[in-house]
Amino acid sequence: MSGAVAMQWSGAGDGAARFESKAATRETPLVKWIIIGLSLSFFAVFLLMPLVAVLVEALRKGWETYLTALLDPDALSAVRLTLLAALIAVPLNLVFGVAAAWAIAKFEFRGKHFLITLIDLPFSVSPVIAGLIYVLVFGAQGWLGPWLSEHDVKIIFAVPGIVLATVFVTFPFVARELIPLMEAQGKEEEEAAVVLGANGWQTFWHVTLPNIKWGLMYGVILTNARAMGEFGAVSVVSGHIRGETNTLPLHVEILYNEYQFAAAFAVASLLAMLALVTLGLKTWVEHRAAAAHNEKQDDAS
Amino acid sequence: MNAPARSFRVLPGFRLTLGYTLAYLSLIVLVPLAAVFLKTFTLTFDQFWAVVTAPRVVASYKLSFGMSLLAAAINAVFGLMLAWALVRYTFPGKKLIDALVDLPFALPTAVAGIALTALYAKNGWIGQLLEPLGIQVAFKPLGVLVALVFIGLPFVVRTVQPILEDLDTELEEAAASLGAVRWQIFRHVILPVLLPALLTGFALAFARAVGEYGSVIFIAGNIPMVSEITPLMIITKLEQYDYTGATAIAVVMLMFSFTLLLVINGLQAWTASFHKPGTGRNR
Repeated sequence: MSGAVAMQWSGAGDGAARFESKAATRETPLVKWIIIGLSLSFFAVFLLMPLVAVLVEALRKGWETYLTALLDPDALSAVRLTLLAALIAVPLNLVFGVAAAWAIAKFEFRGKHFLITLIDLPFSVSPVIAGLIYVLVFGAQGWLGPWLSEHDVKIIFAVPGIVLATVFVTFPFVARELIPLMEAQGKEEEEAAVVLGANGWQTFWHVTLPNIKWGLMYGVILTNARAMGEFGAVSVVSGHIRGETNTLPLHVEILYNEYQFAAAFAVASLLAMLALVTLGLKTWVEHRAAAAHNEKQDDAS
Repeated sequence: MNAPARSFRVLPGFRLTLGYTLAYLSLIVLVPLAAVFLKTFTLTFDQFWAVVTAPRVVASYKLSFGMSLLAAAINAVFGLMLAWALVRYTFPGKKLIDALVDLPFALPTAVAGIALTALYAKNGWIGQLLEPLGIQVAFKPLGVLVALVFIGLPFVVRTVQPILEDLDTELEEAAASLGAVRWQIFRHVILPVLLPALLTGFALAFARAVGEYGSVIFIAGNIPMVSEITPLMIITKLEQYDYTGATAIAVVMLMFSFTLLLVINGLQAWTASFHKPGTGRNR
């Protein structure tokens, strides 16, 4: 449901001076430092320490164990499967997000708000249930189970099931970013392009896309992070076959449950670094989007 | 609200994009979700009721909902404080901290799960400090709470932060010139404006916590009747090939999630009515 916590064009930082400069809008230094102290302690204990713990635990037994864990054939096949799932899920949901945002933001039709709510549904469904629904459709006892086994197609406890579950949990991210963004931009620019003779594809490519590129990238970054990190949904449909249907997060679980803690944390550190890269990229995109937004405001005025 | 006549549609692609949206949505989300409800119809109501009110399952509701509420409440308090500090004060490292607040969104839940377990186990960095006090976190219900606090924090911060940033200082100045002290200004001027966003953040954190699985199962210990969360009950039933049982519990969770989704939509509409100007994302 993080779509609701959508990107902030404004970005934090310099705005604080507005409040700190006037007596009426600031607290006494004592209150200020108590608030900063409490919130930063909370931040350090709940967010920072788990991150540091992953990196420390990963290297507890030295670099050799660390590298052995990462170069293990099962770990490498987990890396491949994780990349594959993301490589399929991200483009699928990207195309869907653009199509949905175009229909919703550029046209008026009845039931629009209901449609937006439906698009949001996967965020409010527990990941475990996200896996369960595909087991009920494609599993051995499911709707299509007998037909699938007759034709020797495996979806559940195989790679297609993992991809499907990944698509489900990352379904709304791109649409959620683009809908408000494209609604705010209106449709005058596109209409002008069409009136001047551009076809639909040209209009989208040359007019809409430059306007939404940062929002699009933001959605893709979030989709990718969730796709590579998903655990619950994928765990239900995977069957945990080593070297075959294990993604990186599932590989972490297996190693951990086998008490190979150093190896588990080594693989986990890979995912933690992915998270840090994601946050870095996200901050950079927010920065660029804010700059582009301000530039546009300046041009307009 | 009424759709304009077709001839007024200058832009192309409406049928194509809406058609694709509906087809993809149905295929990936709606039809598979419907499978859950259809599957439960193979049970009589009595059978359904027996599954979803079994003592072990009821214990899991109490744990899941209780801890999720508590975690969301803790996040509401500290999330508001953190958002306040990030918006209103300057201090070293602020930009880095602002970026790291989203860590729970970016860090895979399984990684968070094992990291928290390592921290709060008896010999962990935090666990060994709590051990002499007689407080055990890992493999106890308290562990569930810790994991849920971790995953819920950004929801509150990221819903409250933009409202705080857009707050007009004039009202506060007016209240101060009329003799209100800082606490009164916060209580009577700022808090009422923040309340819809704060409640939205609370509800989002709560909704996410109820369904959370990956970060919880490592630290919870998963002791029947004591520290089993409801999503784990679904997994347990699935592992015993009890598909109808798993589905029945899933239906209970889904009904709850959908109700909460409606509440959150209402709260967001309320927040939007407080937050019209200037961020480029007014809905």
